[in-house]
Amino acid sequence: MAAIYSLYIINKSGGLIFYKDCGTKGRMDTNDSLRVASLWHSMHAISQQLSPVNGCSGIDLLQADTFDLHCFQSLPGTKFFVVCEPETPHMESLLRYIYELYTDYVLKNPFYEIEMPIRCELFDINLSQAVQSDRVALLGR
Amino acid sequence: MQFFGGSEISPSPPVPTASGNNAHMMYVFNRNGVCLLYKEWNRPLHTLNPQQDHKLMFGLLFSLKSLTAKMDPINADKGNLGVPQLPGQGCSFHSFRTNTYKLSFMETPSGIKIILVTHPKTGDLRESLKYIYGLYVEYVVKNPIYTPGSPIKSEMFNTALDQYVRSIS
Repeated sequence: MAAIYSLYIINKSGGLIFYKDCGTKGRMDTNDSLRVASLWHSMHAISQQLSPVNGCSGIDLLQADTFDLHCFQSLPGTKFFVVCEPETPHMESLLRYIYELYTDYVLKNPFYEIEMPIRCELFDINLSQAVQSDRVALLGR
Repeated sequence: MQFFGGSEISPSPPVPTASGNNAHMMYVFNRNGVCLLYKEWNRPLHTLNPQQDHKLMFGLLFSLKSLTAKMDPINADKGNLGVPQLPGQGCSFHSFRTNTYKLSFMETPSGIKIILVTHPKTGDLRESLKYIYGLYVEYVVKNPIYTPGSPIKSEMFNTALDQYVRSIS
């Protein structure tokens, strides 16, 4: 219960720049994760078109039978979304924390090229720590 | 606001001011993508003309279902992205929420898709959608004059639906 299955980060143009899998069965290969990310980017945009009211900023939460998908879009347009078990609490705050980690360890890294795949060790380490402490806090394991 | 743009979809009955009314609009599609019913209670913004709007909605749902089937973390064997799935095959989503609306979705084994777009703070509408499907069976399917696959023009169905949707909090 209450586990995070995977995390994706998409750049402004819809390309996948980071994918972390924390224990799904049948882990996706690179091509599939790229396709899924682009598909999500498009769906996010189309959902804005179908809004009955002005000012829609895209899908925040998608609820399926076996998982929930929480999405956070930053001001420049980078999307962070996490696939987790249904009804997992505090995913929004986790996503905002991951965004903070992204600004600290990725954007402030002088060797990181914007919009390119993320290859920053410190980001990976801190991310694993955050996910792990989140899991411990929620589950005690 | 009503649509009369040469489409065959029955116009919804005149809507009084939307007080105590949570729902924005509703779509019913069959398995071939034909829009059997489109009802609008409160929709200030129309981005596209009706035909394009229906196609976009159907396309969005088709792609989202494909996406959720692929992203399913439980099933090890998933089809390829974009391969049409049978109704009920693969993990399917039941709702998504944005900051301005919440869309609840239900697909029956016969491929009838019921979509209800409501206020974002609405709760889980799965039971309501099942009830609406029950109404559809009673008033539409059991109507001997109705041809399956054609737009729904049943007054009794429209009235019952209106009444029910207004009562959903």
